[in-house]
Amino acid sequence: MSEATEQTGRLIGEPGGGPGPGSSITDILRAWGRLFARQREGTILVVTIALLLYFGLSNASSFVSQANAINLFSSFAAPIIIIAIGEVMLLICGEIDLSAGFIYCFAPFMMFFMNVYFGVPALLSIIVALLFGLVAGFINGFITVTLGVPSFITTLGTGFILAGLALTLSHAEPKTIPPATITIGKYLATDGWAQFIWAVALVAIFHIVLTRTRWGLYTISTGGNQLGAREAGINVGRIKYGNFMITGVLSALVGLQVAFYTNTIDPLAGQYQPMFYSVTAAVIGGTAMLGGSGTILGAFFGAIALATLIDGFDVQGINANSVQIVFGAAILIAMVANVQLARVRERGRT
Amino acid sequence: MTPEAQEPAATAAATSGDVLRAEHISKHFGAVTALVDINLRLGRSEVLGLLGDNGAGKSTLIKIICGFQLPDTGRLIVNGQEVTLKSVDQARSLGIDAVYQDLALINQLSVYHNMFLKRERLRGPLLNNGSMRETARRYLNEMGINIPSVDVPVASLSGGQRQAIAIARAVYSSNVNILLLDEPLAAMGAKEAAIILDLVRDLKQRGDVSIIMIAHNYGQAMEVCDRINLIQHGEITLDKLTKDTSVAELNDIVVEEYRRALQERQRSA
Repeated sequence: MSEATEQTGRLIGEPGGGPGPGSSITDILRAWGRLFARQREGTILVVTIALLLYFGLSNASSFVSQANAINLFSSFAAPIIIIAIGEVMLLICGEIDLSAGFIYCFAPFMMFFMNVYFGVPALLSIIVALLFGLVAGFINGFITVTLGVPSFITTLGTGFILAGLALTLSHAEPKTIPPATITIGKYLATDGWAQFIWAVALVAIFHIVLTRTRWGLYTISTGGNQLGAREAGINVGRIKYGNFMITGVLSALVGLQVAFYTNTIDPLAGQYQPMFYSVTAAVIGGTAMLGGSGTILGAFFGAIALATLIDGFDVQGINANSVQIVFGAAILIAMVANVQLARVRERGRT
Repeated sequence: MTPEAQEPAATAAATSGDVLRAEHISKHFGAVTALVDINLRLGRSEVLGLLGDNGAGKSTLIKIICGFQLPDTGRLIVNGQEVTLKSVDQARSLGIDAVYQDLALINQLSVYHNMFLKRERLRGPLLNNGSMRETARRYLNEMGINIPSVDVPVASLSGGQRQAIAIARAVYSSNVNILLLDEPLAAMGAKEAAIILDLVRDLKQRGDVSIIMIAHNYGQAMEVCDRINLIQHGEITLDKLTKDTSVAELNDIVVEEYRRALQERQRSA
């Protein structure tokens, strides 16, 4: 695990993957090949590139365009990526957050209530909405860590509560974005690549947090050997609290972004789908559901692979009813490929 | 209870220079009594062997001394000061560290990350992996521990290698002066056990570390320990210098214990 993260770190450190100037194309290809074989992220990157190439070649006129690229990366991939960052951290320390999509749904209402009902300035009401995500994460942590309820159940419950609150407080009616917040919304979401840029920046930050800081090390330790981590003096509860809170803030951020992007605050936005997509992205990217290992870069590519499927089928105009069949099959194929290649890799190492 | 227990044999050696005293320690887990009334002392740079049957309370005692659990009653005196150890970190700050039976290693992390777990070297907010890797390599070399590389995950190592790394972690990465080893030789081949016994001898020679070592194999314990304490049913029933006792004597006591347990079974049947 650590060896893998080490090499990931090097991959980030040296864009180009090693070979110096002047090396022939075969050398470069061979170096990249070695890199892929060793990286857990390698498989999903190959799958993602293959999907992009497939849709690009078969629908060149409509798929390969600035507008579609923005659609794919910014509006489809970015929300999955950002929530997946939180879910990866949680899965590594042995927990999960099913309420992410409901925090996402409620956060923009928080902003709306603050700004429109209480006259709180735009920026401050956005910050309050993000803080709401933090608090929601804290409550998930409290119920899971301090009261000892499995996070699957905890977040199932808090998710329902948030869904009900959003419907009740909004009288089940969508709201429009408060005019005062629109300028800030441009930086968060509405300006072309904004969402994707946020996603990339957050991936970069949390990749470093996971592979290069104490927090990351303790998150892996907590999921890898909880008793051992505790005996070593790691405050396991604090790590879990923290990762629930990270997921809460990131979910709130995505909720705000989607509200700005769609120009509406919908009490039925989010729900379970963002969480399912994010966990899927995490898992096909190489994060184990058992805790102790995972990769944020892998989830990043996994999310782009999912977004490519969603967008690609959209562009191809495949019947909406049959899309889900293909979608499910694609997930399973990606998963099987990932698991099998991981086995091959494991065999190669020993 | 043997007559020796009332008259601790080793008083001559150390009352003055005790680094650790545990007095009247007791501990219950629900209805189960783990420790009854433990009185234990550890002299400076002494190696104390703690022997006893499974479930006699050895591990519980170790966990109390290293701050992982609080005793129900009794007191701990570390370097002449009475202390209440509320956390592993606090015990560590007083120079007490333990190597547990389950080792507290994280399988998914590399050898060097494990060696520096909870005492990471940082460069700003980031881990200084280079420095930790180099130092871990040097420490393991000094201790004569052979592993393929400090970069490999701990999961890929043998039992002896894992034990050695856990001990190296306790010894090198803090200024430990009281080291608790919970069955460091369990499930180990003779060759691997020899590495660990050598390691304990080296530490004794350094003179700045006092060690309590839980052991099952009396022969191995007598090899390196200065003094032997025997725990039976949560009480220390024998306290003798190694030179004043023998494997035979210890065996006799334990055989006697088995015999009594057997008789009780037959009576109740």
